[in-house]
Amino acid sequence: MLGFVIRRVAMAVPVILILIVFSFVLMRAAPGGPFTKERALPPVVLENINAKYGLDDPFLVQIGTYLKNILFHFDFGPSFVYQDRTVNQIIADGFPVTLTYGFWTFVFAVLVGGALGIVAALKQNTWIDYLAVGFSIGAQALPNFIMAPILVLVFTLWLGWLPGGGWWGGPGDPNSYTSYLIMPVIALATSYLASIARLTRSSMLEVMNSNFIRTARAKGLPDRTIILRHTLKPALIPVISYLGPAFVGMITGSVVVDMFLSTGGIGKDFVQAALNRDYSVIMGITILVGMLTIMFNLLVDVLYAWIDPRIRY
Amino acid sequence: MKFTIKAALLCSAFAVAGPAMAAGTHPVTGEALADSQTYTYRMLDDVKSFDPQINTDVEGSHILRDLFEGLVNSDPQGNSVPGAAESWEVSEDGLTYTFKLRDAKWSNGDPVTAGDFVYAWRRLADPATASEYAWYMELMGVENATKIVAGEAEVDTLGVTAVDDKTLEVKIDAPRPYFPGMLTHASTFPVNQKVLEAHGNDWTKPGNLVGNGAYVLTDYVPGVKVVRERNPMYWDNDNTILETVTALVINDENIALTRYDAGEVDKTEVPAGQYPALKEKLPDETYSTPRSCSYIYMFNLGENGPEALKDVRVRKAMSYALNRDVIVNNILKGGQYPSYNWTHQKTAGFEMPDIEYATWTQEEREAKAKELLAEAGYGEGGKPLELTLNYNTSEAHKKIAIAASQMWKQTLGANVTLANFEWKVHLDKLRNGDFGMARYAWCGDYNEPSTYTDLFTTTSGHNNGKFSNEKYDELAKAAKTSDNPAEEYKQMEQILADEMPIVPVYQYTNVVMVKPDLKGYPFEDLMNNIYSRRMYKVAE
Repeated sequence: MLGFVIRRVAMAVPVILILIVFSFVLMRAAPGGPFTKERALPPVVLENINAKYGLDDPFLVQIGTYLKNILFHFDFGPSFVYQDRTVNQIIADGFPVTLTYGFWTFVFAVLVGGALGIVAALKQNTWIDYLAVGFSIGAQALPNFIMAPILVLVFTLWLGWLPGGGWWGGPGDPNSYTSYLIMPVIALATSYLASIARLTRSSMLEVMNSNFIRTARAKGLPDRTIILRHTLKPALIPVISYLGPAFVGMITGSVVVDMFLSTGGIGKDFVQAALNRDYSVIMGITILVGMLTIMFNLLVDVLYAWIDPRIRY
Repeated sequence: MKFTIKAALLCSAFAVAGPAMAAGTHPVTGEALADSQTYTYRMLDDVKSFDPQINTDVEGSHILRDLFEGLVNSDPQGNSVPGAAESWEVSEDGLTYTFKLRDAKWSNGDPVTAGDFVYAWRRLADPATASEYAWYMELMGVENATKIVAGEAEVDTLGVTAVDDKTLEVKIDAPRPYFPGMLTHASTFPVNQKVLEAHGNDWTKPGNLVGNGAYVLTDYVPGVKVVRERNPMYWDNDNTILETVTALVINDENIALTRYDAGEVDKTEVPAGQYPALKEKLPDETYSTPRSCSYIYMFNLGENGPEALKDVRVRKAMSYALNRDVIVNNILKGGQYPSYNWTHQKTAGFEMPDIEYATWTQEEREAKAKELLAEAGYGEGGKPLELTLNYNTSEAHKKIAIAASQMWKQTLGANVTLANFEWKVHLDKLRNGDFGMARYAWCGDYNEPSTYTDLFTTTSGHNNGKFSNEKYDELAKAAKTSDNPAEEYKQMEQILADEMPIVPVYQYTNVVMVKPDLKGYPFEDLMNNIYSRRMYKVAE
C-alpha cells in the first residue's frame, strides 16, 4: 500500500511538468496577449512592457525561467493584468474563499444527496422514491447560472434574509459569516447533489439485489446491520470515484458562483485570466488545479482499498 | 421582558436620531441630509490597479478620482475647473503652462508639492515603469515625452519642472487649447514618492496607499469590493458629505438590478434592452444621458481587405442600407443616438457637419444604396457581394450584427457572413488586418473632437482599416493650431462621409439607475467623470 502511494506520488511529478509545458505552449499559441488592447500601444511602449515582463526573451528561456522560479522560489511571478498583485497573492486571496464554500458544498451535497439516494433505494417504487428521483432530475436540469439569480431574487429581494452576494469582511461586517455562505453552497451543490443521489440510489439497488445480501437476510441479520454494514460500504464505491473529481470541481470550477455571487474566489480569476491572457495567473491556477486533481485521485484510490478489502494494489 | 428591551432601544434610537437629523442640511441647497451618508454602487469588474500611472480602465479611474486629485478637475457639466492647482496661466505662444498649486496635504499629512507632479509624470513616461499609458504624455505633447518613452532621452529631460514647491511649469510641443482638460485623466495624478519607495509594489494596499484626494482606501477585497472613506486631510474636506463610498463587484447586470431593487446598491447599469420598461416603472430613477463613445463597423481598405470594399460606391451602399433607427429603437432601446458621423455629437467644441445622407429618409438611403451598388457592378445582375463581419463576443454585438446582415441581405442582396471572436482574438485580427468588416468602438479620452478625429489619420495606431487621405491628415494637423478647430473637424467628418471608410452605427448613452435619495450624480458630464465628494444623500 505504502509502495503504491509512493509510486503514485512519484508519477505525479512528470505529469505536472508535462502539464506546465503544455499549458505554457498552448497559452502562448492563443492569439492576442495581455497587452493587446483596443488602442494599439505604440511599438516603443510595447517593447518597454515586454522587456519588463521578460516577454521578449526566447521562448525556451521563458519556460526555463518560469520553472526555475517555481521550483526554487515558489514564485509564480507578477500578474500581467492585475499589476498591483502577484500570482501568489491572487491565489492566497481567492483560494481560501473557494475552498471554504467548496468544502461546505461538498458536505451539503454528500449528506443530502447521499441521504436522498439511500432513502429512495430503500423505499424503491414508492412515492418517496419517485419524489427523490424527480427532485434530483429537476436539480440536475437546473444549471447554477440559473440557480444563482433565482436565489438572489428569492433570498435577497423577496425575503430580505441574505446579502445578494459578496464575502464576509471580518468582525465589522453587518452580515454573518453563514449568510454569505448559503447561496454559493446551494447554487453550487444542486447539480452535484442530484448526481450523488442518483448514483447512490442505483448503486444501493444493485448491491441490495446481490447474492451476499440475500445470504445475510437468510441468516436472519436485522435490516439495520444489513444496510449499514453490508450494503452501504460496497454501494459507496462508485459514489466515491465520482466524489474525487467532483470535489476538485467544487473547489475550482466555481466560476459561475464567483461571477454571479461576487464571492471573490479563484474560479473567476481563472476564467478572467484566460480571457485577459494573463499568462502568469493562468499558469499558477492551472498548476494548482492540476495538483489538486492528482491528489484527490490518489486519495480516492486509497479510499477504495480501505472500503473494499477485495481491492489490492 | 422582551417588549421592554425593544421599547428602550426604540427610545434611545429616537434620542440619537433626533438632533442628527436637525443638524444635517446641505450647505448650498439647504436640503435635509440623510443620517447615513454612504454610497454603494455596482462595478462590473475588479479594479486592475490603484496606481494612477498603471491603471488603464474606466472603473479604476472612478476610484482614482476619489483617492487622488490631478491639477484640473471637471465640474458636473464636464468643464475644466481648478483641482490641485488653484489657477494656471498659459504663455502667449500657447506652449508653456504655469500651474499654481493650492495648499493641500497628502492623506499622511505631507504637503502636496509641484515635485510630486514632476515625479508622477516622469514615472508615467519612464520606460522602466512600462506604463501602458506612457503614450498619454506624448498625446499631451509634453516636451521630450516621445524621446523618453523611446528610451532616447533621460527621464529628467521631460518638459515638466517644479519652479518652487507650489509652482509647476509644463512645456508642450504645440499649442493645445484643450490641454487643461486633458489633465483630468487619472494617469496625470500625482503620487507620493516617499510612500512608493517605502512600500515598493505593495504601496497601493489599503493602509499603505497615500493619496491627495477626498477619500482614502480603507478596504479592498479582490473580486468583492473596494471601500473608501472620507479623508480628513483633504483641503476641501469641509464640503465633503458622503462618508463612505463602496464599489461592489457584480458581474451580472440582472443580479445587479435585483440587488438595486433590494436596496443593496444605490446605482447600477440598466441591463440591455430594459430601459423602456424600467423608465415606465421607475421614472425618477432611470436615466439615459449621452456618453462619449462611438460604435462603428470598420472597413478593411488595406491589402488584405476584400476587393469590393476598395470601391467607395460599395462602402456607401453598405452604410446607406443600414437602418440605424431599428438598431437603436428596437435592439438597444436605451436612448442611444443613431449615428451618421464618427465624433460623438455632444462633444465639446464639435459642430455637427451637414452630412447629406443623414437628412434622407431610410427609403431614400436604400434606393441610393441599390443604385450605387448596381453602378459598382455588384448585386442583382452583377457580381455577388460576399463579405465577412467580425465582432467580439457579446449579446448586444451579436444582435446588432444579425440585424445588420439581414438589412444588407434584404436591401443589397449582399451575403455577409458573421464571425464571432473572443475579445483578444478579435483585436489580434484587427491589428493584423485580417478582416473584411469589423466592429469597433471608441470612447473619448478627453472632451474634445480630436480624441475621435485623430484615429483615422494615416499613421494612427487605431487605423486598422488603413484609411488614408491626405486632406484628412492635413486637416488633423491644422486643427491643432487652429483658432476655430470646429471648422476643421467639420471638414474631416465630411471627408469620412464622402469616403466612408467606416459605417457609423450609433453613439452611446449612459443608461443607469440611481436611487432618488442620491443627489449630485454628474448626469450632464459627457465624459462621465464621477467625483464622490460632490454627491450626497437627502433624507427621505
